[in-house]
Parts: sequence; C-alpha cells; structure tokens
Amino acid sequence: MTGFTTLLYKELLRFWKVAFQTILAPVVTAMLYLLIFSHVLEERVQVYPGVSYTTFLVPGLIMMSMLQNAFANSSSSLIQSKITGNIVFVLVAPLSYLEFFSAYLLAAVIRGMVVGIGVGLVTVWFTDLPLMHPFWLLAFTMLSTGILAALGIVAGMWAEKFDQLAAFQNFLIMPLTFLSGVFYSIHSLPPFWQATSHWNPVFYMIDGFRWGFFGHADVAPALSLLVVGVCFVAISGFTLLLLKRGYKLRH
Amino acid sequence: MTAAIKVAGLVKQYRQARALDGVDLEIRQGEFFGLLGPNGAGKTTLINILAGLARPTQGSAHVMGFDVARDYAQSRRALGVVPQELVYDPFFTAREVLRVQSGYFGIRDNDDWIEHVLHNLGLTPHADKNMRALSGGMKRRVLVAQALVHKPPVIVLDEPTAGVDVDLRQTLWQFIRSLNEEGHTVVLTTHYLEEAETLCERIAMLKQGRLVALDSTRNLLARRHDHQARFRLDGEPPAALGLKRGQGICWQYGFKEYVELENLMAGLRAEGIKVLEMQLIEPDLEDVFTEIIQNA
Ligand SMILES: Nc1ncnc2c1ncn2[C@@H]1O[C@H](COP(=O)(O)OP(=O)(O)O)[C@@H](O)[C@H]1O
Ligand SMILES: [Mg+2]
Repeated sequence: MTGFTTLLYKELLRFWKVAFQTILAPVVTAMLYLLIFSHVLEERVQVYPGVSYTTFLVPGLIMMSMLQNAFANSSSSLIQSKITGNIVFVLVAPLSYLEFFSAYLLAAVIRGMVVGIGVGLVTVWFTDLPLMHPFWLLAFTMLSTGILAALGIVAGMWAEKFDQLAAFQNFLIMPLTFLSGVFYSIHSLPPFWQATSHWNPVFYMIDGFRWGFFGHADVAPALSLLVVGVCFVAISGFTLLLLKRGYKLRH
Repeated sequence: MTAAIKVAGLVKQYRQARALDGVDLEIRQGEFFGLLGPNGAGKTTLINILAGLARPTQGSAHVMGFDVARDYAQSRRALGVVPQELVYDPFFTAREVLRVQSGYFGIRDNDDWIEHVLHNLGLTPHADKNMRALSGGMKRRVLVAQALVHKPPVIVLDEPTAGVDVDLRQTLWQFIRSLNEEGHTVVLTTHYLEEAETLCERIAMLKQGRLVALDSTRNLLARRHDHQARFRLDGEPPAALGLKRGQGICWQYGFKEYVELENLMAGLRAEGIKVLEMQLIEPDLEDVFTEIIQNA
C-alpha cells in the first residue's frame, strides 16, 4: 500500500466501524424530513408540471444528506485526531500534503455517496424517481461532496474545539444547505430572496442534481456545473495552500 | 560519515516562549545519546522540529543528511519518534495500528517485522485488543512499536519511561539496546538520570532553549572530581577539621584525594572523637546535572 491508499483505507474504516451513526442515522433523518414534508405539502404544492411534491423533494434531500455527511466526515475526523493527538502519526509519515488532501477528501466523498445511495434506496418505496441524466448526477455528486469535504478539512484544521466546529456547521453549512431550494423551487420566492439564492453555491448543486433526475431545473444545468466546478477548484486550491503551510497542524 | 542528526543555529519562537534559542548539535550514527534538561527546556520542541511537527523560526535541521523541510520524505523515513504524550487511535487494535502505520511509510507486507516488534515489547498477547482497552503501559509500548515499523536508522524517544512500570522499562531498554547494537542511532530524553547514566554514551543538556553542556557521560561524571564522605560521630568536631553539618546528625566532608581522609581521621582521634558510622558517596549524574543547570 502506498501512503495515500493507507490513509484512505484508514479514513474509510473509521466511519465504516461506526456505520450506525455515520450512515444509518443520516438516512433515518432524511426519511423523517420526507415523511413530514411530503405529508404536509403533497396536496398543496406542485413545483414542476407532472412532478409530485414528494418526487420533487427527494433529490434535494439526497443532495443535502450527501453534503452534510461529506462535511461531517472530514471535519470530525480531523478534529478528533487533533484533540486526541493521534494526528501526529500521519504528520510524522512521509506523506505529501497532496496525498493527505486526496485521502481525506475522497473518504468524505465516499461517505457522502454511501449516505446518498442509502437515502435514494429507501425513497424508492415512496416515489418513482426518473433518472434522466445519470452522468450529470455523478458529476454533480462528486463535485458537490468534494466541495463540502474540502470545507470540512478547512474547518477541521481551523477548529481547536468541538464547539468551534459546531459553530462552523450551524452558522455556515446548515443555512447554506437549507436556504438553497431543497424544499422548494426558488421561483416561488420573493425577488430579493431569489436573487440572494443565486449567490449560494449549494443552490446550483441541488438545482443541477435535480436536473439530472427530471430534466427540469431553475437555471441551465451547464451553468450549475460551471459554478460548482469553479467552486470545487477554488476551495481545493485554498485547502491545499493551507495544508502546504501546515496551518494549525505543524506549529 | 553523515551525522545521524545535525541541527545548526536552531531557533524556535512561540508567541510567548522562546523554546529554542540557537542550538547547534551533531549526533553521530550509532550513538546512544541523551538529551537532558528541566521541564520547558525545549527538548520536545527540538524533537518536533526533527519530526516535522514544528517548523523552526531560524536555523536548519537534518536527519541522516536530509533536510527536514526540503527532503521531508527521506528525513521522515530515517526517523522514528516516540512522542511524549500518550496518544492513540481509539478506532483500532494494536496490530491494525501498526499495519496502518507501515502503510503510511509505503511498506506492504510488514507482518514479519510487526510480529518481531510486538514480541520484543511483550505486546503479542494484546495485539488484537482495541487500543482503548489497553493499560497506559501497554499503550506506551504500542507507541514505541509504531515508531519502529519502518525500521528507522534514527530512533528518538521522548521521555518513554515517564510514569511507566519497572517491567516496561526493562523490556524497553533491552530491546532499544539491541537495536542500538545493530547500528540504530538512539536519542533519549528522560527524567530518570540513572537511566541516562547507564544507557547513554554522550549527553547534551538543555536549559531555556540553550545547550549548556555536551560531553561524553564519562567526562561529565568526571567533572565532579570531589568525593564526599558522611560521618556519624559521638561528639562535636572542632571547625578546624573542615567537617560540615549534614542532614540530621550527620557530618559531611568533601575531599579530592583519599590522603585527606587519613588526615581527618588522625585529627578526630586526637580530639578523642569516635567514628560511629561512615559512608562514601560517589558523584552521580544527578549532582552533575544539578550543578550544570544551576550554574548555567
Ligand atoms: N505549541 C506550543 N505553543 C506555545 N508554546 C509552546 C508550545 N510547545 C512548547 N511551548 C513552550 O516552549 C518551551 C519548551 O517546551 P518543550 O519543548 O515542551 O520543553 P521540554 O520538552 O524540554 O519540557 C516551553 O516554555 C513551552 O511552554
Ligand atoms: Mg518534553
């Protein structure tokens, strides 16, 4: 095994060993959202013609779960290692910062995808989801979870305590994911909030992802892919820069 | 031959503390080297810089000729560090931890060496227990094993026996000594000076980030050429004899040549004072250490 594959393997094993918390729990949470919102809104809201509200909701929920879990994986793994001190085992090894980045990123992306597949499989019982553009779905999945995984690395490096990480999660990640059109189409919003939503990268992740299923979207999918791709490159570059400097990892 | 460790002009400034204040040090290959100093002297900081865990403010550090910043991959392959803190990964068993650590160094199929290390550290019966379930002493052994997975030519142990049972100390030193005999360079920091005295060929002493002594253990011990004798007497000797009051009812006498002791005895006999008990005290590293640190 090379350093990279070992670190990836260790990161995968880490969440796999506690799959109850890291995979099953988020799937159940997504289920609860689906049950409640679809029960309340099914009869009242129709976002796209011919698409029931429940069906509309599912892709957003899948994407939201994937994003939150990708972020949770890299950030909590890093902060745990920092607080318990066992991060030194990785830091004394001859791993490059690129290997470090790729391993943490990929493990988080995989965790996000496993949760996403879990949510997807369970929702099959509730609704019939078309699958119009699978390759676009894959592209949006990889890039979007990649962005949150990288953000998780940054947050994990930056935070010194668990409550700092929780603040990052509650004041940045949660609002961005909730205010991105998971539960509604932004066309139903007042103009001001519609305009604001266009500044939220998560909006493009969810809109593009939804397009992959229905072939319907609020903005052109190519634009969404471009925005998400640019964000991924930018946050990755930023994360790599911090890692190269050893920001808060090497004194 | 390339030095196992070479640091030059090493300075490390933390926000408040100057942990290292211009250290120059060369440790030869194959040496068993002691790095001593009171708490906060900068020992751990020096080790962290060698391992790439901290970056120097000024100066350079090389391990087996490899710059710790520029040639970090080679310098880290050459170095095995047992950290001072008792850190572990609670998700894994001891054996898993060692396999993973081998992988970080790009080593596949390391099981034979892993078994060898586990065996020599008395860890075999605990190898498949989760790290959380191991006692402090056992966790410390795993830390040592982890530092050795890649057979590093230079091994650094940062207070490996602090708060550890006698059993581990013996097992550990036996194994580390055998590695040293096979040619591995060993650097040790410890609070137990008798450990340094018996194990280390050469010793450096740090105080407030500066090197205050660097010499062979034998030369350091020879610095205290004074001998000391402690007496219990049945009367009070006159001051002229040069005896000083020691602890309790004891009297102490410092001398350089044993002839002086004869003169003292003659003086005591002339005064009619009997010697009830007598004890000779040889200087040890503790004395030398205290003296050097106090005078530095
Ligand atoms: N991460 C750090 N941040 C700030 N100060 C530090 C840090 N690590 C060590 N120091 C300071 O540097 C000095 C040397 O510490 P250290 O190298 O741990 O000493 P030793 O290992 O000899 O006991 C101390 O004053 C300590 O407080
Ligand atoms: Mg220390």
